[in-house]
Amino acid sequence: MPTSYAQLYFPVLLQVIVAMAVAGGMMGASYVLGKRLRNPVKDSPYECGMIPVGDARERFSVKFYLVAMIFILFDVEIVFLYPWAVVYGDLKLFGFVEMLVFIGLVLCGFFYMWKKGVLDWSQWMECRKEREPASRWERKDAA
Amino acid sequence: MNFYLLTVLKTAVVAAALLTTLAYLQWIERKVIAHIQIRMGPYRVGPHGLLQPLADVIKLLTKEDLIPAHVNKFFYMLAPFLAVSLALISIAVIPFGPEIEIGGTRTWMQLTDLNIGILFLLAISSVSVYGIALGGWASNNKYSLLGSLRSAAQMISYELPLGLALAAPLLMAGTLSLREIVYAQSGYWFGMIPKWAVFQMPAPQVIGFLIFLIAAFAETNRLPFDLPEAENELVAGFHTEYSSMKFASFFMAEYANMVTITAVATTVFLGGWMAPFPAEYGSRLVPTAVLGLAGALALYHGFHPLRPRDRRTLPVVGVVFLVLAGVFLLPAVQSWLLPLFWFLAKTGALLFLFIWVRGTLPRFRYDQLMRFGWKFLFPVAVVNLFATALLVALFG
Repeated sequence: MPTSYAQLYFPVLLQVIVAMAVAGGMMGASYVLGKRLRNPVKDSPYECGMIPVGDARERFSVKFYLVAMIFILFDVEIVFLYPWAVVYGDLKLFGFVEMLVFIGLVLCGFFYMWKKGVLDWSQWMECRKEREPASRWERKDAA
Repeated sequence: MNFYLLTVLKTAVVAAALLTTLAYLQWIERKVIAHIQIRMGPYRVGPHGLLQPLADVIKLLTKEDLIPAHVNKFFYMLAPFLAVSLALISIAVIPFGPEIEIGGTRTWMQLTDLNIGILFLLAISSVSVYGIALGGWASNNKYSLLGSLRSAAQMISYELPLGLALAAPLLMAGTLSLREIVYAQSGYWFGMIPKWAVFQMPAPQVIGFLIFLIAAFAETNRLPFDLPEAENELVAGFHTEYSSMKFASFFMAEYANMVTITAVATTVFLGGWMAPFPAEYGSRLVPTAVLGLAGALALYHGFHPLRPRDRRTLPVVGVVFLVLAGVFLLPAVQSWLLPLFWFLAKTGALLFLFIWVRGTLPRFRYDQLMRFGWKFLFPVAVVNLFATALLVALFG
């Protein structure tokens, strides 16, 4: 039976060491055992046999940033839920109403984001459509 | 026995069991998928391909460990290391069974029971996105970068429904310790229906369990959510530039994450090591019956072989199963073997579901994936949580 915090967390430390040893051992073993024959073609990025054009660190969709930012917001909210859930047995309806108000406020932001089209990955033109049709074809569609 | 010595022993047993499971899970997956597609699967190395994992490891170890010139060396090496080591850590808080006695010392069939067990699991699973994101970025390859970006966005998006679905059973259990969550699910309604979170009054977590499972598929990057490595558009996604054991380590991490998340689902929603019906109705005999039936089937097919090779292999398998079935009848080991059996049976059933789904469903398109996660799963998880909270407040 663990009797102190040190004893409670000792198995975690041990497991971390085991996990790192397994990971390091696997990669180290293949480094030692594998043969090494380098040539310029092997050293180039794999693009299905094509010669790569430009750098791989291209610009990418800003949606990925948006999702990351939204995630931080909601994840923090979820972390608040855990202590609430643990003491919920004592709070009962009071806790329910309190949390409903809190989540309600967060959800207002969620629906605002939804309506703004942040979650629409296929229609990245959505926000532009609201201002004016972007092309002749879209104008024809609208008419 | 000394606490530290005992812990080292337990860690060694768990690590050995986990690594063997990972190796054979891959074999089982190949076999099951093969039979779904009416093929034989691995069959050459050892009886029924049973030595295939060993052959794979030897092959991967002796392959060229290529570090291409265009990568960021440090992060390129760090990514698979992080992926594997993080995936193996979470098993430390999973409870496999109740308290047992070894050599005069009482101990738990669990490495350690943290009072913040659930938070620990979520923290580790949040960090494991780094392995994939770093690997894709450091590879300096367009496919890898795209794969890792998708993966990062997907994993963090589905972590929200996962976390919300996990919070609902906590309302009824009132603790974050995994062992106490299992104990909160002990007992039976009307003497027969187990009080697992999926059946628990006043708010059965059926919807929560389904949300958790779906999010678990996305978290482990499994079909139908395996966008990060969508091979028909991204070559191999984030591990395009990896070779040898570094390549394998991403798969090992995926399987380890799968084992962990099914174990968590078992613990939180399916009552951990608790039997599905009480001992009065003979739940003690189920392992013997199942293993005995498997042994009898293997023996029957050994004596009526479809292939000449089966004449030698299947009787051996049958005898092993029958001996195991006999072991489960010994009163001395029943106290710890039965809970372990139920835990492994539930986890194994969920793992089989993971493989089955992979063999059945096609892949999502990326915009469908994000829409499903944010516009359906997340609101449903919020509603589920508050419905549970209301029911617990009124009737709990």
